[in-house]
Amino acid sequence: MLERLTPFLWLLFSAGGTVAALLFPAHLLLTGLAFPLGWLEPPSHEVLLTLLRHPLTRLYVLALISLPLFHGAHRFRYTLYDGLQLKHLTALIAALCYGAALAGTALAAQALWSIPG
Amino acid sequence: MSSAARYTPYHPRWHRRRVSVWWWLEKGSYTVFVLRELTSVAVAFFAVVTLGLVRAVAAGPEAYQRFLARLGTPLFLSLHVVAFLFVLFHAITWFNLAPKAMVVRIKGKRVPDAIVAGLNYGAWLVLSGAVAFFLLRG
Repeated sequence: MLERLTPFLWLLFSAGGTVAALLFPAHLLLTGLAFPLGWLEPPSHEVLLTLLRHPLTRLYVLALISLPLFHGAHRFRYTLYDGLQLKHLTALIAALCYGAALAGTALAAQALWSIPG
Repeated sequence: MSSAARYTPYHPRWHRRRVSVWWWLEKGSYTVFVLRELTSVAVAFFAVVTLGLVRAVAAGPEAYQRFLARLGTPLFLSLHVVAFLFVLFHAITWFNLAPKAMVVRIKGKRVPDAIVAGLNYGAWLVLSGAVAFFLLRG
C-alpha cells in the first residue's frame, strides 16, 4: 500500500516544501519573534477572527498547516532511514509520520470550521 | 518457484562494512545534506505552532491572549530562533533546487536556472509582504 501511495506522498512533499519555503519565514518571523518580543504589535483577536471568517482565509490556513506537515513527515521519514539507519522499521515510521500529519490536518480543519461564519 | 532453485539452510555472511550512525559528520557536504533534511523538524514544529494559534483564536479572546503569553516564554523564543534559521535554510535550498527539479522551456529553449530561481525569490518577497500586510494592518 505504501508503494502505491509513494507518488502522491512525493507530490505532497513538494507542495508542502513550496508552501513552507514561500510563507513560513514571514509567518515565523512575525508570530514567533516580532510579536512576542514586542518589535511589532500582534493583531487583535477580533482582526484574526474577521480574517478567519472568510472561506478563502480558512483554505489558506488549512493549506499553511497541512501541506508543510506532510512535507515534514515525508522528509523526516527519510531522515530516520538514512541518518539513524532504521530501514527495518519502514512501516512503523511511515505510519507514525503520516499519521501525525493527518491528525494535525484534522485538528486544523475542525478548529477552522468551528469558527462561526 | 522452479524446482531448480535450492536453498541451503545456512545463510551466507554478507560482506558489509559497518557504517557509523555519525557518517554524516565525515564530510561537509554530508553534514549540509543532513542539516537540510533536519529542516523537516523545524517546518513541522512551526506548522504545529500555527495549528495552536488557530485553535486558540477559535477558542476565544482569553485563549488567544494565553497563547500569545506562551509564545513570549524563553523556551518558545529560543525554539523559534532556531526554527527560523532552519526554515530560512529550507527556503534558500528549496529555491536554489527549483530550477533543477522543474526545467522550464519557452519555445523549446531552456529558461536559465538563475531566472527560475530568481522568480522563486521574487514570489517569496511578494508573498512575505502580503503576509505582513494582512497581519499588521489592524
